[in-house]
Amino acid sequence: MNNIFVYLEIEDGIAGDVSLELLTKGRSLADQLNCKLEAVAAGHHLDKIGKQVFPYGVDTLYLADDKRLAPYTSLPHTSLLVNLFKEKKPQIALMGATSVGRDLGPRVSSALFSGLTADCTSLEIGNYQDKKAGKTYENLLYQIRPAFGGNIVATIVNPECRPQMATVREGVMKKEIKDENYKGETQQLDVSNYVSDADFVIEIIERHIEKSKVNLKSAPIIVSGGYGVGSPENFQLLYELANVLGGEVGASRAAVDAGLADHERQIGQTGTTVRPKLYIACGISGQIQHIAGMQESAMIISINSDPNAPINTIANYVITGTIEEVIPKMIKYYKKNSK
Amino acid sequence: MSFNIVVLAKQVPDTRNVGKDAMKADGTVNRAALPAIFNPEDLNALEQALRLKEKMKGVTVNVLTMGPARAAEIVRESLYRGADCGCVLSGREFAGSDTLATSYALSCAIRKMGKVDLIVCGRQAIDGDTAQVGPQVAEKLGLPQITYAEEIQQITDGTITVKRRLERGVEVVKGPLPMLVTVNGSAAPCRPRHAKLTVKYKRAATPSEQQEKDVDYGNLYTTCPYLNINEWGTGDIEHESKWLGLSGSPTKVKQIESVVFAAKESKKLSPADSDIEDLMKELIVNHTIG
Repeated sequence: MNNIFVYLEIEDGIAGDVSLELLTKGRSLADQLNCKLEAVAAGHHLDKIGKQVFPYGVDTLYLADDKRLAPYTSLPHTSLLVNLFKEKKPQIALMGATSVGRDLGPRVSSALFSGLTADCTSLEIGNYQDKKAGKTYENLLYQIRPAFGGNIVATIVNPECRPQMATVREGVMKKEIKDENYKGETQQLDVSNYVSDADFVIEIIERHIEKSKVNLKSAPIIVSGGYGVGSPENFQLLYELANVLGGEVGASRAAVDAGLADHERQIGQTGTTVRPKLYIACGISGQIQHIAGMQESAMIISINSDPNAPINTIANYVITGTIEEVIPKMIKYYKKNSK
Repeated sequence: MSFNIVVLAKQVPDTRNVGKDAMKADGTVNRAALPAIFNPEDLNALEQALRLKEKMKGVTVNVLTMGPARAAEIVRESLYRGADCGCVLSGREFAGSDTLATSYALSCAIRKMGKVDLIVCGRQAIDGDTAQVGPQVAEKLGLPQITYAEEIQQITDGTITVKRRLERGVEVVKGPLPMLVTVNGSAAPCRPRHAKLTVKYKRAATPSEQQEKDVDYGNLYTTCPYLNINEWGTGDIEHESKWLGLSGSPTKVKQIESVVFAAKESKKLSPADSDIEDLMKELIVNHTIG
């Protein structure tokens, strides 16, 4: 009882990366709290999930297998979690801050009257003193998230209500196998005990989900563009440089909002968090919400015509110049001198 | 047949245009330095409602906002854009609400509105980016939900068909009414309709605004009832006070810090050939690239 639950996001019978990242975090929190890590998968053809997730340190895996549970719809998955949580009384429940987790989490929290914090960038265990009530709470989940467009970081706690719920974006936590031979047990849930037929009210008429074409998380080199890149033609230069160096192209929120790049390339608090060995920031001014998503890069080069761009303060190298001038020179030199 | 749509909208500080004076020295937010705007995705939601009003007969678009008295501006802007009426839910008792207490208060106000066929709201507000209030309201009202909507495609025979925009694709789903729909920023923007609406609703005001006005408009608000913006407090909605404001908020803020990044000692380079070549050479030598 009072364990940590992770809701697994399933696509084609496989748990998504965001869920594996949460399991990794959940495992370390469970070790700190000396409790078990449990995972719940709802969908169809779930026979491969156990083999996939036990190595991340899952002690109990609940499987709710029903053809009607895949693809995801709001009400059946909500009922499943609400009733399962009422029965198992977890102290912490984690899910991905994805279009599924952000659809499901609020409903579950509303039904259980438990606090939910969206898009956490860090989760820790600690104590909390309610000075007004003169009460100290031990071992609460610190849900740490940016607020106000990333200008502040708030630590949120849920002193009284359980489970303490949080969502985390894909790529924010690291994914790490604990033990290839980790032994956990599987429990099949009788779906009809948790979900009523009346929950199946949404009919999916069409569905086109594409595999992500962009893999920012594991790219060793990222050439990233901001609003300052200015035009799609200039953005093409970034693709050329990334291509020559064997890297991936990223973008700031401003560039995505301006239509210069797709949302899946967005780096920062509202996009992907990256930790490449080289990050080349082109025409990126460096709003806090962007910096938070790339500051752990091993080396940062900023190319910007504004010598006072905020991003320059965290860069290892600052080139004061335009994209059109600098990038072709980099490509030319690299082509001439590599190998 | 009447078809009643409630649009949930929020007045938010414009966090996208945060200047240097937006943060005070003590690390708290200087709200006065941030202009208050109509939450962008709520405008996308309003547009979906207005499109239904143009397509179907008997549609009423009612805008509900919770916030301080000045949030009446949101209702006025909605009227200019084509909404029929609006309501400001306001009061000290709502202060300190987290998303759950907010959704409880909103759900109580919606219950008071009688027959509601469709509730639309933005996916999320730019001051919190939580995307929680929509689904939490739906749950409190026992309604199904469709989130991440890009387009309400059709309403027929008590059902609604919606195209959703997800991270890696699209979905078209159909469900029963009444329904709550949250609308994505990728949906159509809210285009201005008739300039004459701005003239018509220029003097729309809540009862407290009408009292504060310096000019005496006589019986303007009785002869033109459409100029009255509803203003509700806790006395107007059926509720249990323990679910409102701070006591109705399970989440507590333990700490707030302003974000400061450790500055590095950076090497300054010019775009001259020699500088770029030296840099590239160094990167190749230390195996960062190549």
